[in-house]
Amino acid sequence: MLSSPEALIAIAGMALVSFAIKASGLMLANKLPRQGFAAAWIKNIPGAVLASLVAPAIITGNLAEALAAIATGIVFILTRSLIAAMAIGVLSVYLVRLALGA
Amino acid sequence: MNAPAPHTRQIAKDQFFLGARACIPVAISVSAYGLVWGVLAKGAGLTVLEVILMSGLVFAGSAQFVALELWTATPSALPIGALIIAALIVNLRYMLLTATLRPLFAPDQMTGGFWRMFLVTDENWAMTVAEMARGGGSRAFLLGGGVLAYCCWMVSTLTGRMLGAVIDDPSRYGLDFAFTATFLALLLGMWRGKADLIPWLVAAVTAIICAKLLPGSWYILIGGITGSLAGAAIETFVGGRRAELA
Repeated sequence: MLSSPEALIAIAGMALVSFAIKASGLMLANKLPRQGFAAAWIKNIPGAVLASLVAPAIITGNLAEALAAIATGIVFILTRSLIAAMAIGVLSVYLVRLALGA
Repeated sequence: MNAPAPHTRQIAKDQFFLGARACIPVAISVSAYGLVWGVLAKGAGLTVLEVILMSGLVFAGSAQFVALELWTATPSALPIGALIIAALIVNLRYMLLTATLRPLFAPDQMTGGFWRMFLVTDENWAMTVAEMARGGGSRAFLLGGGVLAYCCWMVSTLTGRMLGAVIDDPSRYGLDFAFTATFLALLLGMWRGKADLIPWLVAAVTAIICAKLLPGSWYILIGGITGSLAGAAIETFVGGRRAELA
């Protein structure tokens, strides 16, 4: 069985709304003023979104995630290397989980 | 980016590969998620063709994970409307992400810009805005990371679907943490001074609370909006010096 009309319609619909959302963010931003509050708002989005992505994963995870996050942060501040920070983060989470038996 | 030089094409090519290379650390987490998704997709009853079409056309990890929870192997029972609405809601946060890419496109380049938004993922977006914060970043940089992420997503979801449960759970090797670790490092790299503290804290605290109270990925959207509004309010009304720094 390859697929069904229902599945193809669902996938096409999902694809359409996903793309529409992504494109509309840029489209709406293009209509906002390039100075003042709107500009300051757009400029502040990246840090706020990254903080929102990361914080719950660290805080609401278990001890392994919290310890690995500290290790990741220290390594990044010392080396300024993304790869090194990522590698240490993954390694720490692996080792702490192993130690905790989680 | 403003004055078209004779070697513009070469610069774009360099930027493309620079963007792809910058995304290698996160490509690992994309592939890890992709494998898991592929394995789960098999369990949910998606055919190989459906996996190819969904990964290739929808190309949004969180929406695809939610879709698996709604999917039924019997076509007549497939909740088409719910699947589409779920994709819409889960992807709402992308409006915030693509809005921040405005500086990469001159007003007259917007039409070309819209099409490129298809390739925006959390990963290449984060790499590009981090590069923009350092004064770099370009359309080609965004595209390079996007193409790499797209290839990784296609290959890993398909591999997961084909091999099924033969694959180990990537979280056993800590690979699920690659995403968090990279994004944490990116966030630290964006630190420009004390003015960042309040918006980041507002975002983090709101996100933590929302993640506990609300289902799905609402916490990213709500945290992102409150944090950035707090930052903008401080800059505009308290008169921070951040505008000159940026």
